[in-house]
Amino acid sequence: MRLSSTGQLTQLRTKCQAAAKKHKKKVLVCCGPGCLAAGAQKIADRFRTVLKQKRIAGFSVQALKETGCHGFCEQGPLVVIEPGGTFYTKVKTRDVEEIIDRSVRKDEVVQRLLYKDPRSGKSIRDWAKIDFYAHQNRIALQKLGQIAQCDIEDYIAGGGYAALAKALTKMTGDRIIDEVTTSGLRGRGGAGFAAGRKWRTCKDVQSDTRYVICNGDEGDPGAFMDRAIMEGDPHSVLEGMIIAAFAVGSSEGYIYVREEYPLAVVNLQKAIEQAEALGLLGNDILGTGFSFSIKISRGAGAFVCGESSALMKSVAGQVGEPRAKYIRSVIKGLHDRPTVLNNVETFANVPVIIDRGADWFAKIGAKNNSGTKAFSLVGKVRNTGLIEVAMGTTLRKIIFDIGGGIIGDRPFKAVQTGGPSGGCLPQSQLDLPVDFDSLTKAGSMMGSGGMIVMDDKTCMVDVAKYFLGFLVEESCGKCVPCREGLYQLHRLTIKVSEGRATEEDLSTIEKLSEMVIIGSLCGLGKSGPNPVLSTMKYFKDEYLAHIRDKRCPAGVCRELITYEITPDCTGCMACIAVCATHAITGKKGKVHTLDQAKCTKCGACYAVCQHDAVLVS
Amino acid sequence: MVSLTINGRIVKAKDGEMLLAVLRREKIDVPAMCHHAAVEPFGACRLCVVEITRAEWKGWCDYVTSCLYPVSPGLIVNTHSDKVNELRRTILDLFLARHPDCPEIAELAGEYGVFKTTYETVVGGNNCILCGLCTRICDRMGFTAISTVGRGHGKEVAPPLRQAPPDCVGCLACAENCPTKFIEYKLRKKRVTIWEREFELLTCTKCGKTTITKDFAEYLSRHRAIDAGYFEICDECRRKNLAVSMGEIVNWERELLT
Ligand SMILES: Cc1cc2nc3c(=O)[nH]c(=O)nc-3n(C[C@H](O)[C@H](O)[C@H](O)COP(=O)(O)O)c2cc1C
Ligand code: SF4
Ligand code: SF4
Ligand code: FES
Repeated sequence: MRLSSTGQLTQLRTKCQAAAKKHKKKVLVCCGPGCLAAGAQKIADRFRTVLKQKRIAGFSVQALKETGCHGFCEQGPLVVIEPGGTFYTKVKTRDVEEIIDRSVRKDEVVQRLLYKDPRSGKSIRDWAKIDFYAHQNRIALQKLGQIAQCDIEDYIAGGGYAALAKALTKMTGDRIIDEVTTSGLRGRGGAGFAAGRKWRTCKDVQSDTRYVICNGDEGDPGAFMDRAIMEGDPHSVLEGMIIAAFAVGSSEGYIYVREEYPLAVVNLQKAIEQAEALGLLGNDILGTGFSFSIKISRGAGAFVCGESSALMKSVAGQVGEPRAKYIRSVIKGLHDRPTVLNNVETFANVPVIIDRGADWFAKIGAKNNSGTKAFSLVGKVRNTGLIEVAMGTTLRKIIFDIGGGIIGDRPFKAVQTGGPSGGCLPQSQLDLPVDFDSLTKAGSMMGSGGMIVMDDKTCMVDVAKYFLGFLVEESCGKCVPCREGLYQLHRLTIKVSEGRATEEDLSTIEKLSEMVIIGSLCGLGKSGPNPVLSTMKYFKDEYLAHIRDKRCPAGVCRELITYEITPDCTGCMACIAVCATHAITGKKGKVHTLDQAKCTKCGACYAVCQHDAVLVS
Repeated sequence: MVSLTINGRIVKAKDGEMLLAVLRREKIDVPAMCHHAAVEPFGACRLCVVEITRAEWKGWCDYVTSCLYPVSPGLIVNTHSDKVNELRRTILDLFLARHPDCPEIAELAGEYGVFKTTYETVVGGNNCILCGLCTRICDRMGFTAISTVGRGHGKEVAPPLRQAPPDCVGCLACAENCPTKFIEYKLRKKRVTIWEREFELLTCTKCGKTTITKDFAEYLSRHRAIDAGYFEICDECRRKNLAVSMGEIVNWERELLT
């Protein structure tokens, strides 16, 4: 069925909503990346089989939804029963039948599967009341986890494509751009450039053709916000793109999806086909005469392909290497035509802005940083997962209220934001509001939204070394400051970590960093020294400990630590079994001895010892 | 025509012209190792970097590679500010660490007062500075026989699959334009070997000296509409031929007039 007017879309929405209302309950099985890895697919399948067998009155299998990422990955696989938001965590296939009998057929809860608040020790039934969710504010992720992954009817029933209808029939391109400008929406892919201004420039350039591209390259290690949206709520991205295309006057769009995200490609493709079938994409959208098509372009598997000029070359079938942009890609982009490139999350915000209005959006968040930002919260924090908070929320709130603090109540040491070329912020910055400008001022950056929490067992020199190593690998190798400069910065951090550096090396790091920043061609090189600069800024003492005292305070840098066996050793021989170089000897029941000359400091004994008898110093 | 200020001097240039071209015309010496007029500017070596500002920038300045920065009216350029010199020195210093045995690098570094690298010498380095001139020129000629492979610090120039490149015609443009003479070729009597491929050289039918490879001549006659007979004599003999015929023409004209 093709919808040939906005009226028909409204009719379809009413029909979908009525169909949904027939079911007394909904079972949402989270099939986001985290839950899938924990076995969610088997659980969804089990639900389907059992629900088919049981035939419950007022419930059909259609009310079983495989959703995108619900957020609280740490507790997955997750199952939610709506209405009421009954939230089941760490669900196993053997729990499925019980959930159906007690919570679908009846209105009871399976107590043992509820989330237990670690502070109060009380079980919480409704997910919205759990700290992890209660402090969030979901706009871009509004529908994610609430609707079936690839179901346009579910999307429409929840108000989807209403913004598009409004844009196409009640607004002009200029009005839309004004609205987006007034909302203050800034690009969520890293640099935080004002989306409205970008669209305005694109529209104002004389050209026969214009392109709209969605950046779904998401190369930051550990980040999965964009992936979750593309897989779990692909229509919000499509809708945002179609609105942008109408606003700037484009008829051709691309979504550039990272090579490693096959499911995102599948789901986006399905979503495109669904939208085309309904006449929401393709020729003569909703009978308005406006046409726009979207193709998926598979990434080339390199981090640098997320950079705008490299991305556009890659979409055009060339090698994804950045070029100097003294003429911006919004003026001369894909095939040298004006091109709007925005991030997945940026586009996902657009329908909500059009729907609820710029003023509503502008009130959320902080000054010059309106709206929200999604983060993937990972590392040594208790509650890992996908979150979205209002801009300006403090790091403390994110890490301690939403994140539930540090695993094992160890001391917090640092939080890394901004992806591989972001920075590390210490305890003293915990009250920093998280927004584009504050993060940059503090020496880190927003990036696309990775957030890695570190505890006292993390060595900041090691962290800088790790991220620089990543960037050396991922630099495209075109320009000298980045290719050779980052390489040498990496070597210098290795020197520090091995206790071979002098204080002069630290000033070499600082000087070289400045040159890499001003000399590099693209954003990768220009932000590449951030990891080492920010750790040197906030953790200078730790660098000096490596240099002056030849000591790694966190006990991480191999060259500077020794393992010792203390008299607490019970002589269980576990360490002897794991030591690859046979450095540990001893008899059962007798305190073992460790031969330092043979020890390679792999840490295997430390990891295996149950009696805290291996000491790192 | 636009007018801009370079090192305190007002200079005229064509609108949109690249800054480096203007600097060259004005005889202002700025190093540029990845630039060649025959190919698009690339911006890889970053040596041609200059400091730019404008009156309305209120003291703020930017660093741009002059090889691909189009000039515009009112631009104020400083080609040797402290920061620019420091950046060039840093690049040359990094080059010295990567290419310790490269005379061309050592010479340029010396000009900028860098004689010994500050950094750790890269083991297993070679003399390719990855300026991309060879691959871009090869591409421009229409062969694309070689390209850069890999990325980051391990990037290198190589033929596809690191095997003798089937598309190479032995024109030697890559080797001749390599700023560090890294690409080797062997010239023997009637043959030349490059990229592990051996090519037959044509000989001049007049003097017997070798000219270009047979494959190259065939390519040129096929794709550049040059008559195959053109390559039967060498440039030297062609010049001689032409001189002789010019003499004949002059003679003939004189005869005609008298
Ligand atoms: C090395 C590098 C990698 C990048 N990777 C991404 C990415 O994975 N996703 C993304 O949206 N933007 C990425 N960007 C930013 C893009 O260049 C561009 O600014 C962004 O897609 C614009 O969209 P926005 O304004 O909506 O943020 C990257 C930039 C650089 C320099
Ligand atoms: S800065 Fe790095 S990634 Fe960017 S063009 Fe230069 S070498 Fe390539
Ligand atoms: S081989 Fe020579 S021309 Fe080719 S990239 Fe290396 S230095 Fe440049
Ligand atoms: S000549 Fe301009 S960057 Fe190399």
